[in-house]
Amino acid sequence: MIQNLLRVEKFFDSPIEQFQVKKEPWNLVDIDQIFKTHKPHISVRNLNVFLSKNHILKDVSLDIPDKAITCIIGPSGCGKTTLLKTFNRLLQNSIDVKIEGDVLVDGENIHGKDVEVENIRKKMGLLSQRPCPLPMSIFDNVAYGPRIHGIRRKKTLKIMVEKYLVEAGLWEEVKDRLKSPASSLSIGQQQRLCLARGLAVKPEIILGDEATSALDPISSKKIEELFVKLKHQYSIVLVTHTLRQAKRIADYVVFMYLGEVIEAGPASEIFSNPKEKLTREYLEGYFS
Amino acid sequence: MNRTRYNAYRQIKEVVFRNSMLFLTLISLLFAVIIGISLYYKSVPILDQQSMWTLLSGESWKPLKGEFGFFPFIMGTLWVTGIAIIISLPLCLLSAIYLSEYAHPYIKKIVYPMIDVLAGIPPVVYGVWGILVVVPFISTSIAPHFVEFSTGYSVLAGGIVLAIMIIPLMISVFIEMFDALPSGLREASLSLGATNWQTIKKVVLRKSFPGLAAAVVLAISRAFGETIAVLMVCGNVAEVPKSAFDPAYPLPALIANNYGEMMSIPMYDSALMLSALLLFVIILAFNAISRLVLIRIEKNFAL
Amino acid sequence: MKHFRVKKLEEKIFKGLMMAATLVIVVSLFMIIVAIVKRGLPAMSWDMVSKIPGGGFYIGKEGGLLNAIIGSLYIVIGSITLGLAFSLPIVLYINLYLPEKSKLAQFTRLSFDVLFGIPSIVYGAFGFTLMVYLGLRSSLLAGILTVTMLIIPILIRSIDEVMRRVPKEMKDAALSLGATRSEIIKVILRQVAPGIVTAILLSVGRGIGDAASVLFTAGYTDSIPTSLGQPVATLPLATFFQLSSPIAEVQERAYAAALILTGIVLILSITARYYSRKFSKNKI
Repeated sequence: MIQNLLRVEKFFDSPIEQFQVKKEPWNLVDIDQIFKTHKPHISVRNLNVFLSKNHILKDVSLDIPDKAITCIIGPSGCGKTTLLKTFNRLLQNSIDVKIEGDVLVDGENIHGKDVEVENIRKKMGLLSQRPCPLPMSIFDNVAYGPRIHGIRRKKTLKIMVEKYLVEAGLWEEVKDRLKSPASSLSIGQQQRLCLARGLAVKPEIILGDEATSALDPISSKKIEELFVKLKHQYSIVLVTHTLRQAKRIADYVVFMYLGEVIEAGPASEIFSNPKEKLTREYLEGYFS
Repeated sequence: MNRTRYNAYRQIKEVVFRNSMLFLTLISLLFAVIIGISLYYKSVPILDQQSMWTLLSGESWKPLKGEFGFFPFIMGTLWVTGIAIIISLPLCLLSAIYLSEYAHPYIKKIVYPMIDVLAGIPPVVYGVWGILVVVPFISTSIAPHFVEFSTGYSVLAGGIVLAIMIIPLMISVFIEMFDALPSGLREASLSLGATNWQTIKKVVLRKSFPGLAAAVVLAISRAFGETIAVLMVCGNVAEVPKSAFDPAYPLPALIANNYGEMMSIPMYDSALMLSALLLFVIILAFNAISRLVLIRIEKNFAL
Repeated sequence: MKHFRVKKLEEKIFKGLMMAATLVIVVSLFMIIVAIVKRGLPAMSWDMVSKIPGGGFYIGKEGGLLNAIIGSLYIVIGSITLGLAFSLPIVLYINLYLPEKSKLAQFTRLSFDVLFGIPSIVYGAFGFTLMVYLGLRSSLLAGILTVTMLIIPILIRSIDEVMRRVPKEMKDAALSLGATRSEIIKVILRQVAPGIVTAILLSVGRGIGDAASVLFTAGYTDSIPTSLGQPVATLPLATFFQLSSPIAEVQERAYAAALILTGIVLILSITARYYSRKFSKNKI
């Protein structure tokens, strides 16, 4: 408890001024509730993103709490995925992108000059919509990250692979065929493999881009349960289409519409008592 | 009344169109078969006289004495093609990776048209360039370091000219392969903290390997069949080349060079048509295999 | 951290190599063009493009290459016309009449992809056997037929590429107005017209530049043919033959012919690019 408080204090040392300048009512809610126990892990300040002259994200400011599940909801095309990809700087890989504003992870600007982009990405595991197994065996998929970061010893790798496969709830299903290609797994298993692969680089944050939308209900449920289990160790940010999923697992909800953050707050607040008219309409299903 | 007649006319027109088009399409599919059969038919006389094996392994080419050994020509073709691939493969691979993974769109905008232009230059112009630039360069600057004397008209000259000629084909299929990879794959690797280069090495190249191999096979078959440019710079001596500075006599050059006399010497035309048949069959097989691989890849990637 | 620096260094080295490789390719293109222009330009004159070879042309006396220029044009125009007459119906059939994933369509595409790879010398040899079989001698007609075989795969592949991109909705829209399939051909053709132009320019480039196919079949002559049965000279062969002459003046003309040929091909490929504006796989 004391530790937590200290952390909150430490965090408030630096970007707190910007924090208080914000006038939106939801910001007050944040400080009062969730950010007392969960320090903001990612802070976005006045973020503008242009993709070949289209203004995709408009002046986005928000905080993502530590060790909790944050769900970003909103109709398709509202910039959820773009926001997610700015977090680990994957967006810069596409051409014709202009990014303005700050994204702070643990108080450090990820667009800063001497920031190694690889380190930023290592901090965040990405789970994409379609599982994307690398063209190698199950074992090598999980060992890929550790190997990239310089771990060569067979024994260490073996231990790591087992550990993370267990963590992703896949170990029992694949322990006898670690050498077979990852593409031989079912799509739900592939997604859990991708999760294990992401965990193996010891990230602090897990980003999920509609990570369950391509899966069958059972696999989808498994992944959800994993998220709930993992949220005590990681900050989890999920972009999701399905409101029901957000209701089930979210601790904190961000509602976006046409590139703007309309409302953000603890899940209970947003779902039971949305402050904005747009949010209410979306939640009630007037548009989707 | 008028309307029904008009509609009937439309229907008939439709049927006629459809069937004549179908007919044409089916005929076109037989085209390759027709080429194969007619070349085979033409090469039957020599195959009756000598076995395929003696022809392919024979080293002596003396049409007047009825000796038709294809071995020097086959070796000539292999030498020239081998050198061309050795030169162009690394160039194309590096350049294709650069263009598809690193290069700024501006650079692509400049380089892509140039590759198109390179693809459009006629073989005979490549040949002229070979004679003007490559051959003298080899004869005066490269060969003296390795052998006592070379005219420059050599396997190496043919290889260099061919290498440049197959670059556009190879590089464009390479780039197509890289661009077709699902972007999620790169993102998966990058989001684990891999650098661009690690991602290319361990994921991009590995995943696109079958496609790259198919592209190389396509390029090899293009090099096999290239005639005029190679003929102009290779020296055309019917002996098995012993080094890169020896002249060679590739199969297509053999056909092109001797069409004039072939009707006047017995079996000569048959021998030449046999070499055309050989080229045809080998290249057909190579092309079919690599195209099938490429089609399968295209299907797999199109999620 | 040290591990990381090594990785970065490796990436930098390879990136340097990649840029160097790209540069080599671009530079070799320039080298080729510069070499051709440098040797060809001094040999160029108005006579070259306006006169046919006079007496003693091949020992260095006066005359020009008009026979080869006109001959090449004849062959290309003839074979493009013939080629379109064959390839348009085939492309239309596989795109319009056959269902989207039809085996026949796929097989047709595959077979033209494969035919595209067959070297021109094989078409030349086949054309020659056909010619002998039909009792023709080397002539404009035989040349046109052979070059037609050579360019049909190019035409089909590149027209097919654009026609596949016509949205299905467009065909459906036209069909649902009650048009028969043969009636919507016009609509589709208008839609893909720029693609067809590109395809034609590409095949002109290929057809005009290819020597191995006409070597057997078109023959060579100093005059401009007046009928399909006469032999015809072509630019690539003019280059090829004159270059093998021992006389310097004649060799110069080979360079001039090469320059003319390069000029034509460059103009064609730039125009083709203007029409398609795309790095297209079926161009090469």
